[in-house]
Amino acid sequence: MRLVGRTIFEGKAEGTALVSSSPLSFYGGVNPDTGEIVERGHELQGKTVAGMVLVFPNGKGSTVGSYVMYRLAKNGKAPCAIVNSKCETIVAVGAIISEIPCVDMVEIKKIRPGSKVRVDGATVEF
Amino acid sequence: MHLTGEEEKMLAGGEGRATQKAMQILVALGKIYDAERLVKVSSVQVSGVSYKNLGDAGLEFLSELAKDGKARVKTTLNPAGMSLTDWKSQGIESGFAEKQLEVIDAYRKLGVEITCTCTPYLAGNEPTFGQHIAWGESSAVVYANSVIGARTNREGGPSALAASLTGRTPLYGLHISENRVPTLVAEVQAQLRFPEDFSAMGYFVGRMAKDGIPYFKGIRHAGLEELKSLSAALASSGGVAMFHAAGITPEAEVDTSRVESLTFSSKDRTEATSVLNDEGTPDFVSVGCPHCSLKELSTLAQLLDGRRVNREFWVCCSREVKRQSDLAGYSNLIEKSGAKFALDTCMVVAPIEEMGYKVVATNSAKACHYLRNAGLRVRFMPLEECVLEATRKG
Repeated sequence: MRLVGRTIFEGKAEGTALVSSSPLSFYGGVNPDTGEIVERGHELQGKTVAGMVLVFPNGKGSTVGSYVMYRLAKNGKAPCAIVNSKCETIVAVGAIISEIPCVDMVEIKKIRPGSKVRVDGATVEF
Repeated sequence: MHLTGEEEKMLAGGEGRATQKAMQILVALGKIYDAERLVKVSSVQVSGVSYKNLGDAGLEFLSELAKDGKARVKTTLNPAGMSLTDWKSQGIESGFAEKQLEVIDAYRKLGVEITCTCTPYLAGNEPTFGQHIAWGESSAVVYANSVIGARTNREGGPSALAASLTGRTPLYGLHISENRVPTLVAEVQAQLRFPEDFSAMGYFVGRMAKDGIPYFKGIRHAGLEELKSLSAALASSGGVAMFHAAGITPEAEVDTSRVESLTFSSKDRTEATSVLNDEGTPDFVSVGCPHCSLKELSTLAQLLDGRRVNREFWVCCSREVKRQSDLAGYSNLIEKSGAKFALDTCMVVAPIEEMGYKVVATNSAKACHYLRNAGLRVRFMPLEECVLEATRKG
Protein backbone atom coordinates (compact mmCIF):
# COMPACT_ATOMS: atom_id res chain seq x y z
CA MET A 1 0.00 0.00 0.00
CA ARG A 2 1.12 3.55 -0.67
CA LEU A 3 0.06 6.56 1.45
CA VAL A 4 0.93 10.16 0.68
CA GLY A 5 1.23 12.62 3.57
CA ARG A 6 3.10 15.85 4.21
CA THR A 7 6.88 16.10 4.50
CA ILE A 8 8.15 17.50 7.79
CA PHE A 9 11.79 16.55 7.18
CA GLU A 10 12.72 15.31 3.72
CA GLY A 11 14.56 11.99 3.44
CA LYS A 12 14.52 8.32 2.49
CA ALA A 13 14.57 5.37 4.89
CA GLU A 14 13.46 1.77 5.14
CA GLY A 15 12.78 -0.27 8.26
CA THR A 16 10.38 -2.25 10.41
CA ALA A 17 7.29 -0.47 11.73
CA LEU A 18 7.07 0.13 15.48
CA VAL A 19 3.50 1.32 15.90
CA SER A 20 1.83 3.10 18.83
CA SER A 21 -1.79 4.19 18.87
CA SER A 22 -1.08 6.64 21.73
CA PRO A 23 1.08 9.81 21.80
CA LEU A 24 4.72 9.58 22.80
CA SER A 25 6.87 11.80 25.03
CA PHE A 26 10.57 11.64 24.20
CA TYR A 27 11.55 13.59 27.33
CA GLY A 28 11.26 11.14 30.19
CA GLY A 29 9.62 8.60 27.88
CA VAL A 30 12.60 7.36 25.84
CA ASN A 31 16.07 6.57 27.16
CA PRO A 32 18.43 8.76 25.08
CA ASP A 33 21.36 6.34 25.43
CA THR A 34 19.62 3.08 24.53
CA GLY A 35 16.52 4.10 22.58
CA GLU A 36 14.31 2.09 24.93
CA ILE A 37 10.78 3.34 25.58
CA VAL A 38 10.59 3.72 29.35
CA GLU A 39 7.33 5.59 29.92
CA ARG A 40 5.44 3.60 32.53
CA GLY A 41 2.27 2.02 31.22
CA HIS A 42 2.95 3.03 27.61
CA GLU A 43 1.87 0.38 25.12
CA LEU A 44 5.43 0.25 23.71
CA GLN A 45 7.20 0.20 27.09
CA GLY A 46 10.33 -1.95 26.85
CA LYS A 47 10.58 -1.75 23.03
CA THR A 48 13.43 0.14 21.39
CA VAL A 49 13.03 2.83 18.74
CA ALA A 50 16.56 2.39 17.32
CA GLY A 51 16.55 1.83 13.54
CA MET A 52 12.75 1.42 13.40
CA VAL A 53 10.17 3.32 11.42
CA LEU A 54 8.44 4.84 14.44
CA VAL A 55 4.72 5.33 13.88
CA PHE A 56 2.61 7.26 16.44
CA PRO A 57 -0.17 9.87 16.36
CA ASN A 58 1.75 12.85 17.81
CA GLY A 59 4.30 13.95 20.38
CA LYS A 60 3.49 15.19 23.88
CA GLY A 61 5.25 16.50 26.99
CA SER A 62 8.19 18.86 27.41
CA THR A 63 9.85 20.69 24.52
CA VAL A 64 13.15 19.26 25.84
CA GLY A 65 11.96 16.15 23.96
CA SER A 66 13.43 17.63 20.77
CA TYR A 67 16.88 17.49 22.37
CA VAL A 68 16.33 13.88 23.46
CA MET A 69 15.73 12.97 19.79
CA TYR A 70 18.97 14.77 18.89
CA ARG A 71 20.84 12.77 21.52
CA LEU A 72 19.34 9.49 20.25
CA ALA A 73 20.64 10.36 16.78
CA LYS A 74 24.11 11.20 18.12
CA ASN A 75 24.14 7.84 19.94
CA GLY A 76 23.04 5.95 16.84
CA LYS A 77 19.78 4.95 18.58
CA ALA A 78 17.29 7.11 16.70
CA PRO A 79 14.42 5.72 14.65
CA CYS A 80 15.28 5.65 10.91
CA ALA A 81 12.04 7.49 10.12
CA ILE A 82 8.99 8.94 11.89
CA VAL A 83 5.39 8.74 10.68
CA ASN A 84 2.73 10.80 12.53
CA SER A 85 -0.96 11.50 12.13
CA LYS A 86 -0.46 15.14 13.12
CA CYS A 87 3.06 16.25 13.90
CA GLU A 88 3.51 18.96 16.59
CA THR A 89 6.38 21.26 17.57
CA ILE A 90 8.43 18.86 19.71
CA VAL A 91 8.69 16.05 17.17
CA ALA A 92 9.00 18.38 14.16
CA VAL A 93 11.88 20.31 15.71
CA GLY A 94 13.47 17.08 16.96
CA ALA A 95 13.30 15.44 13.53
CA ILE A 96 14.81 18.48 11.83
CA ILE A 97 17.73 18.99 14.20
CA SER A 98 18.43 15.23 14.26
CA GLU A 99 17.87 14.83 10.49
CA ILE A 100 15.37 12.00 10.84
CA PRO A 101 13.03 11.70 7.81
CA CYS A 102 9.59 12.66 9.10
CA VAL A 103 6.17 12.64 7.45
CA ASP A 104 2.71 13.37 8.85
CA MET A 105 -0.97 13.56 7.74
CA VAL A 106 -0.87 9.81 7.22
CA GLU A 107 -3.59 7.38 8.32
CA ILE A 108 -1.34 5.52 10.70
CA LYS A 109 -3.79 2.79 11.69
CA LYS A 110 -3.35 1.29 8.23
CA ILE A 111 0.30 0.47 9.04
CA ARG A 112 0.68 -3.00 10.57
CA PRO A 113 3.19 -3.37 13.42
CA GLY A 114 6.25 -5.31 12.27
CA SER A 115 5.70 -4.69 8.56
CA LYS A 116 8.48 -3.38 6.29
CA VAL A 117 7.94 0.31 5.63
CA ARG A 118 9.63 2.64 3.16
CA VAL A 119 9.54 6.40 3.66
CA ASP A 120 10.51 8.70 0.81
CA GLY A 121 9.66 12.38 1.29
CA ALA A 122 5.88 12.54 1.67
CA THR A 123 5.35 8.92 0.59
CA VAL A 124 4.96 5.97 2.95
CA GLU A 125 4.98 2.51 1.31
CA PHE A 126 4.46 -0.88 2.99
CA MET B 1 4.04 28.83 2.73
CA HIS B 2 5.39 31.83 0.83
CA LEU B 3 9.09 32.63 1.29
CA THR B 4 10.93 35.72 0.08
CA GLY B 5 14.09 35.38 -2.04
CA GLU B 6 16.24 36.04 1.02
CA GLU B 7 14.40 33.39 3.02
CA GLU B 8 14.73 30.85 0.18
CA LYS B 9 18.46 31.51 0.18
CA MET B 10 18.67 30.83 3.93
CA LEU B 11 16.70 27.59 3.46
CA ALA B 12 19.01 26.46 0.66
CA GLY B 13 22.06 26.88 2.88
CA GLY B 14 23.38 30.06 1.27
CA GLU B 15 23.83 31.70 4.69
CA GLY B 16 25.50 28.76 6.40
CA ARG B 17 24.41 25.58 8.09
CA ALA B 18 23.04 26.96 11.36
CA THR B 19 20.84 29.45 9.51
CA GLN B 20 19.66 26.67 7.22
CA LYS B 21 18.73 24.47 10.20
CA ALA B 22 16.93 27.41 11.78
CA MET B 23 15.00 28.10 8.58
CA GLN B 24 14.05 24.40 8.28
CA ILE B 25 12.58 24.55 11.79
CA LEU B 26 10.55 27.69 11.02
CA VAL B 27 9.27 26.35 7.69
CA ALA B 28 8.17 23.07 9.29
CA LEU B 29 6.36 24.93 12.09
CA GLY B 30 4.79 27.24 9.52
CA LYS B 31 3.52 24.20 7.68
CA ILE B 32 2.14 22.52 10.79
CA TYR B 33 0.30 25.66 11.93
CA ASP B 34 -0.81 26.79 8.44
CA ALA B 35 1.19 30.02 8.38
CA GLU B 36 0.95 31.96 5.13
CA ARG B 37 4.44 33.39 5.49
CA LEU B 38 7.17 34.35 7.93
CA VAL B 39 7.17 37.68 9.77
CA LYS B 40 10.21 39.65 10.92
CA VAL B 41 10.77 39.79 14.67
CA SER B 42 12.42 42.60 16.65
CA SER B 43 13.30 40.67 19.78
CA VAL B 44 13.94 37.11 20.96
CA GLN B 45 14.03 35.56 24.44
CA VAL B 46 15.58 32.07 24.47
CA SER B 47 14.50 29.42 26.98
CA GLY B 48 16.52 26.26 27.48
CA VAL B 49 19.55 27.69 29.27
CA SER B 50 19.83 25.69 32.50
CA TYR B 51 22.01 22.64 32.05
CA LYS B 52 19.57 20.88 34.39
CA ASN B 53 16.97 21.02 31.59
CA LEU B 54 19.20 20.89 28.50
CA GLY B 55 21.45 17.99 29.39
CA ASP B 56 24.31 16.91 27.13
CA ALA B 57 22.04 16.64 24.09
CA GLY B 58 21.02 20.27 24.28
CA LEU B 59 24.59 21.37 24.88
CA GLU B 60 25.80 19.43 21.83
CA PHE B 61 23.09 20.95 19.65
CA LEU B 62 23.96 24.50 20.75
CA SER B 63 27.69 23.94 20.19
CA GLU B 64 26.95 22.65 16.69
CA LEU B 65 24.86 25.74 15.86
CA ALA B 66 27.51 28.05 17.30
CA LYS B 67 29.98 26.94 14.62
CA ASP B 68 28.50 29.33 12.06
CA GLY B 69 25.25 30.75 13.47
CA LYS B 70 24.72 34.39 14.54
CA ALA B 71 21.80 36.16 16.20
CA ARG B 72 20.22 38.70 13.83
CA VAL B 73 18.05 40.53 16.37
CA LYS B 74 18.28 41.46 20.03
CA THR B 75 18.34 38.15 21.89
CA THR B 76 18.44 37.56 25.64
CA LEU B 77 18.53 34.42 27.76
CA ASN B 78 16.42 32.72 30.39
CA PRO B 79 17.92 32.00 33.83
CA ALA B 80 20.77 29.48 34.00
CA GLY B 81 21.17 26.72 36.59
CA MET B 82 23.50 28.85 38.74
CA SER B 83 25.08 32.27 39.14
CA LEU B 84 27.65 32.55 36.35
CA THR B 85 30.19 34.11 38.71
CA ASP B 86 29.33 32.99 42.27
CA TRP B 87 28.31 29.39 41.73
CA LYS B 88 30.78 28.07 44.27
CA SER B 89 29.28 29.99 47.17
CA GLN B 90 25.83 28.84 45.98
CA GLY B 91 26.90 25.27 46.67
CA ILE B 92 26.91 24.14 43.01
CA GLU B 93 29.23 21.23 42.25
CA SER B 94 31.99 21.83 39.71
CA GLY B 95 30.89 19.16 37.21
CA PHE B 96 27.53 20.89 36.78
CA ALA B 97 29.16 24.33 36.68
CA GLU B 98 31.56 23.32 33.91
CA LYS B 99 28.72 22.10 31.69
CA GLN B 100 26.60 25.17 32.48
CA LEU B 101 29.46 27.48 31.48
CA GLU B 102 29.88 25.55 28.20
CA VAL B 103 26.20 26.20 27.46
CA ILE B 104 26.71 29.91 28.11
CA ASP B 105 29.83 29.93 25.90
CA ALA B 106 27.86 28.47 23.00
CA TYR B 107 25.22 31.21 23.39
CA ARG B 108 27.94 33.87 23.58
CA LYS B 109 29.42 32.61 20.29
CA LEU B 110 25.95 32.79 18.78
CA GLY B 111 25.88 36.52 19.55
CA VAL B 112 23.24 36.19 22.26
CA GLU B 113 23.36 38.68 25.17
CA ILE B 114 24.30 36.88 28.36
CA THR B 115 21.53 38.33 30.50
CA CYS B 116 19.96 35.20 32.05
CA THR B 117 16.67 36.52 33.37
CA CYS B 118 13.00 35.60 33.09
CA THR B 119 12.11 39.33 33.16
CA PRO B 120 13.96 40.57 30.05
CA TYR B 121 11.49 43.47 29.99
CA LEU B 122 13.22 44.78 33.15
CA ALA B 123 16.69 44.23 31.72
CA GLY B 124 16.88 46.02 28.40
CA ASN B 125 14.91 43.67 26.13
CA GLU B 126 11.82 45.82 25.94
CA PRO B 127 9.56 45.39 22.89
CA THR B 128 6.81 47.90 22.21
CA PHE B 129 3.10 47.64 21.42
CA GLY B 130 2.27 45.68 18.26
CA GLN B 131 5.79 44.41 17.59
CA HIS B 132 6.28 40.81 16.50
CA ILE B 133 8.70 38.97 18.78
CA ALA B 134 9.62 35.34 19.53
CA TRP B 135 9.87 34.67 23.26
CA GLY B 136 10.32 31.37 25.00
CA GLU B 137 9.92 32.06 28.70
CA SER B 138 6.29 31.30 29.49
CA SER B 139 5.80 34.05 32.12
CA ALA B 140 7.48 36.67 29.92
CA VAL B 141 5.39 35.50 26.94
CA VAL B 142 2.22 36.27 28.89
CA TYR B 143 3.58 39.60 30.12
CA ALA B 144 4.71 40.67 26.63
CA ASN B 145 1.43 39.75 24.92
CA SER B 146 -0.87 41.05 27.64
CA VAL B 147 0.77 44.00 29.37
CA ILE B 148 3.03 45.33 26.58
CA GLY B 149 0.83 44.32 23.64
CA ALA B 150 3.72 42.82 21.66
CA ARG B 151 2.96 39.59 19.77
CA THR B 152 4.47 36.20 20.42
CA ASN B 153 3.52 32.55 20.56
CA ARG B 154 4.85 30.33 23.35
CA GLU B 155 8.13 29.31 21.77
CA GLY B 156 10.25 26.34 22.79
CA GLY B 157 14.03 26.70 23.11
CA PRO B 158 14.96 25.63 19.54
CA SER B 159 12.16 27.58 17.82
CA ALA B 160 13.05 30.81 19.67
CA LEU B 161 16.69 30.33 18.75
CA ALA B 162 15.70 29.66 15.13
CA ALA B 163 13.87 33.01 15.15
CA SER B 164 17.00 34.71 16.44
CA LEU B 165 19.30 33.19 13.78
CA THR B 166 16.96 34.18 10.92
CA GLY B 167 15.23 37.25 12.40
CA ARG B 168 11.86 35.68 11.59
CA THR B 169 9.02 33.54 12.92
CA PRO B 170 6.02 31.90 11.20
CA LEU B 171 2.95 34.14 11.11
CA TYR B 172 0.27 32.23 13.05
CA GLY B 173 -1.41 32.09 16.46
CA LEU B 174 -0.99 35.21 18.60
CA HIS B 175 0.77 37.11 15.81
CA ILE B 176 -2.67 37.48 14.21
CA SER B 177 -5.25 39.89 15.71
CA GLU B 178 -8.24 37.52 15.35
CA ASN B 179 -6.52 35.01 17.63
CA ARG B 180 -6.01 37.50 20.46
CA VAL B 181 -9.66 37.57 21.62
CA PRO B 182 -10.80 36.29 25.04
CA THR B 183 -12.06 32.73 25.50
CA LEU B 184 -13.04 32.95 29.18
CA VAL B 185 -14.23 35.83 31.39
CA ALA B 186 -13.08 35.83 35.02
CA GLU B 187 -15.24 38.08 37.23
CA VAL B 188 -13.00 39.01 40.13
CA GLN B 189 -14.98 39.27 43.38
CA ALA B 190 -12.14 38.49 45.76
CA GLN B 191 -10.25 41.37 47.32
CA LEU B 192 -6.73 41.48 45.94
CA ARG B 193 -4.43 42.99 48.54
CA PHE B 194 -0.98 41.57 47.83
CA PRO B 195 0.84 40.67 44.60
CA GLU B 196 0.62 37.09 45.94
CA ASP B 197 -3.18 37.26 45.61
CA PHE B 198 -2.65 37.82 41.88
CA SER B 199 -0.33 34.81 41.84
CA ALA B 200 -2.98 32.61 43.49
CA MET B 201 -5.67 33.96 41.16
CA GLY B 202 -3.50 33.27 38.10
CA TYR B 203 -2.92 29.73 39.25
CA PHE B 204 -6.65 29.17 39.73
CA VAL B 205 -7.79 30.79 36.48
CA GLY B 206 -4.95 29.30 34.40
CA ARG B 207 -6.19 25.82 35.24
CA MET B 208 -9.67 26.72 34.00
CA ALA B 209 -8.54 28.61 30.89
CA LYS B 210 -6.17 25.79 29.72
CA ASP B 211 -4.54 27.24 26.57
CA GLY B 212 -7.19 29.94 26.07
CA ILE B 213 -7.18 33.70 26.76
CA PRO B 214 -8.78 34.78 30.06
CA TYR B 215 -10.39 38.21 30.41
CA PHE B 216 -10.35 39.63 33.94
CA LYS B 217 -13.12 41.98 35.03
CA GLY B 218 -13.12 43.82 38.33
CA ILE B 219 -9.40 44.27 39.02
CA ARG B 220 -9.23 47.81 40.43
CA HIS B 221 -5.52 48.32 40.41
CA ALA B 222 -2.51 46.31 39.25
CA GLY B 223 1.08 47.49 38.97
CA LEU B 224 4.05 45.83 37.33
CA GLU B 225 4.63 43.42 40.24
CA GLU B 226 1.02 42.23 40.32
CA LEU B 227 0.90 41.75 36.53
CA LYS B 228 4.23 39.93 36.55
CA SER B 229 2.96 37.51 39.25
CA LEU B 230 -0.33 37.00 37.45
CA SER B 231 1.45 36.27 34.15
CA ALA B 232 3.73 33.67 35.67
CA ALA B 233 0.97 31.82 37.51
CA LEU B 234 -1.38 31.74 34.49
CA ALA B 235 1.35 30.17 32.39
CA SER B 236 2.25 27.49 34.92
CA SER B 237 -1.09 25.89 35.80
CA GLY B 238 -2.38 26.15 32.24
CA GLY B 239 -0.97 26.77 28.80
CA VAL B 240 -2.05 30.42 28.84
CA ALA B 241 -0.01 32.76 26.59
CA MET B 242 -2.11 35.93 26.98
CA PHE B 243 -4.78 37.57 29.15
CA HIS B 244 -6.76 40.79 29.15
CA ALA B 245 -7.74 42.88 32.17
CA ALA B 246 -10.49 45.49 31.73
CA GLY B 247 -9.16 49.01 32.19
CA ILE B 248 -5.59 47.77 32.63
CA THR B 249 -4.18 45.96 29.58
CA PRO B 250 -3.95 47.68 26.16
CA GLU B 251 -6.09 45.31 24.07
CA ALA B 252 -8.96 44.84 26.54
CA GLU B 253 -11.54 46.87 24.62
CA VAL B 254 -13.25 43.88 23.06
CA ASP B 255 -16.75 42.46 23.17
CA THR B 256 -17.03 39.74 25.82
CA SER B 257 -20.81 39.33 25.80
CA ARG B 258 -20.71 35.87 24.23
CA VAL B 259 -17.77 34.55 26.18
CA GLU B 260 -18.22 31.90 28.88
CA SER B 261 -17.53 33.24 32.36
CA LEU B 262 -16.58 32.20 35.88
CA THR B 263 -16.15 34.07 39.16
CA PHE B 264 -13.08 34.28 41.36
CA SER B 265 -14.36 34.70 44.92
CA SER B 266 -12.60 35.12 48.26
CA LYS B 267 -13.29 31.44 48.86
CA ASP B 268 -11.53 30.55 45.58
CA ARG B 269 -8.56 32.68 46.62
CA THR B 270 -8.29 30.88 49.96
CA GLU B 271 -8.57 27.52 48.23
CA ALA B 272 -6.00 28.43 45.57
CA THR B 273 -3.61 29.44 48.35
CA SER B 274 -4.16 26.31 50.41
CA VAL B 275 -3.56 23.88 47.52
CA LEU B 276 -0.09 25.43 47.22
CA ASN B 277 0.84 24.58 50.81
CA ASP B 278 2.39 21.29 51.87
CA GLU B 279 3.31 20.08 55.35
CA GLY B 280 6.68 20.85 56.85
CA THR B 281 8.93 23.60 58.13
CA PRO B 282 10.82 25.45 55.39
CA ASP B 283 14.60 24.99 55.24
CA PHE B 284 14.93 27.20 52.16
CA VAL B 285 13.24 30.53 51.44
CA SER B 286 13.25 32.28 48.09
CA VAL B 287 11.62 35.26 46.42
CA GLY B 288 11.96 36.45 42.85
CA CYS B 289 9.97 34.09 40.62
CA PRO B 290 9.70 35.88 38.22
CA HIS B 291 12.88 37.84 38.98
CA CYS B 292 12.40 40.73 41.47
CA SER B 293 11.73 44.27 40.32
CA LEU B 294 13.49 47.25 41.93
CA LYS B 295 10.34 47.98 43.94
CA GLU B 296 10.32 44.47 45.38
CA LEU B 297 13.98 44.85 46.37
CA SER B 298 13.11 48.14 48.05
CA THR B 299 10.38 46.41 50.10
CA LEU B 300 12.77 43.59 50.98
CA ALA B 301 15.47 46.03 52.07
CA GLN B 302 12.99 47.73 54.43
CA LEU B 303 11.81 44.41 55.87
CA LEU B 304 15.34 43.03 56.34
CA ASP B 305 16.93 46.21 57.69
CA GLY B 306 18.53 45.39 61.04
CA ARG B 307 17.39 41.74 61.00
CA ARG B 308 19.29 38.51 60.60
CA VAL B 309 18.19 35.56 58.46
CA ASN B 310 18.52 32.11 60.01
CA ARG B 311 18.17 29.86 56.99
CA GLU B 312 19.16 29.87 53.31
CA PHE B 313 17.35 32.83 51.73
CA TRP B 314 17.70 33.51 47.98
CA VAL B 315 16.67 36.79 46.41
CA CYS B 316 16.51 36.14 42.65
CA CYS B 317 16.85 39.00 40.17
CA SER B 318 18.63 40.08 37.01
CA ARG B 319 22.03 41.77 37.09
CA GLU B 320 20.44 44.90 35.64
CA VAL B 321 17.95 45.26 38.50
CA LYS B 322 20.68 44.34 41.02
CA ARG B 323 22.83 47.19 39.65
CA GLN B 324 19.96 49.65 40.19
CA SER B 325 19.47 48.24 43.67
CA ASP B 326 23.18 48.69 44.48
CA LEU B 327 22.96 52.37 43.57
CA ALA B 328 19.75 52.81 45.57
CA GLY B 329 21.39 51.29 48.64
CA TYR B 330 18.96 48.35 48.88
CA SER B 331 21.49 45.60 48.09
CA ASN B 332 23.63 46.48 51.06
CA LEU B 333 20.71 46.20 53.52
CA ILE B 334 19.60 42.91 51.98
CA GLU B 335 23.05 41.33 52.07
CA LYS B 336 23.83 42.60 55.58
CA SER B 337 20.95 40.46 56.85
CA GLY B 338 22.59 37.33 55.47
CA ALA B 339 20.17 36.95 52.55
CA LYS B 340 21.89 36.02 49.27
CA PHE B 341 21.32 37.49 45.86
CA ALA B 342 20.88 34.72 43.28
CA LEU B 343 21.77 36.37 39.98
CA ASP B 344 21.45 34.74 36.53
CA THR B 345 19.42 31.92 38.09
CA CYS B 346 16.48 31.09 40.37
CA MET B 347 15.11 28.48 42.77
CA VAL B 348 13.31 26.67 39.94
CA VAL B 349 16.20 26.10 37.51
CA ALA B 350 19.05 25.71 40.03
CA PRO B 351 19.44 22.09 41.22
CA ILE B 352 18.35 22.87 44.82
CA GLU B 353 16.73 19.46 45.33
CA GLU B 354 20.20 17.98 44.87
CA MET B 355 21.62 20.39 47.43
CA GLY B 356 19.64 18.66 50.17
CA TYR B 357 16.77 21.10 50.73
CA LYS B 358 13.34 19.64 51.38
CA VAL B 359 10.76 22.38 52.03
CA VAL B 360 10.76 25.71 50.19
CA ALA B 361 8.88 28.83 51.24
CA THR B 362 8.20 31.27 48.39
CA ASN B 363 5.75 33.97 47.31
CA SER B 364 5.33 32.49 43.82
CA ALA B 365 2.64 30.06 42.73
CA LYS B 366 4.71 29.27 39.65
CA ALA B 367 7.73 28.32 41.75
CA CYS B 368 5.51 26.10 43.96
CA HIS B 369 4.21 24.32 40.86
CA TYR B 370 7.62 23.50 39.39
CA LEU B 371 9.40 22.79 42.69
CA ARG B 372 6.73 20.22 43.51
CA ASN B 373 7.35 18.54 40.16
CA ALA B 374 11.02 18.35 41.17
CA GLY B 375 10.02 16.46 44.34
CA LEU B 376 10.24 19.29 46.90
CA ARG B 377 7.56 20.34 49.38
CA VAL B 378 6.38 23.94 49.17
CA ARG B 379 4.84 26.72 51.28
CA PHE B 380 3.19 29.61 49.46
CA MET B 381 3.10 32.91 51.41
CA PRO B 382 3.31 36.70 50.90
CA LEU B 383 6.71 38.40 50.69
CA GLU B 384 6.44 39.73 54.28
CA GLU B 385 5.83 36.24 55.62
CA CYS B 386 8.72 34.86 53.57
CA VAL B 387 10.95 37.33 55.41
CA LEU B 388 9.46 36.27 58.77
CA GLU B 389 10.07 32.63 57.86
CA ALA B 390 13.67 33.35 56.88
CA THR B 391 14.43 35.35 60.02
CA ARG B 392 12.58 33.03 62.43
CA LYS B 393 14.87 31.61 65.10
CA GLY B 394 15.31 27.85 65.50
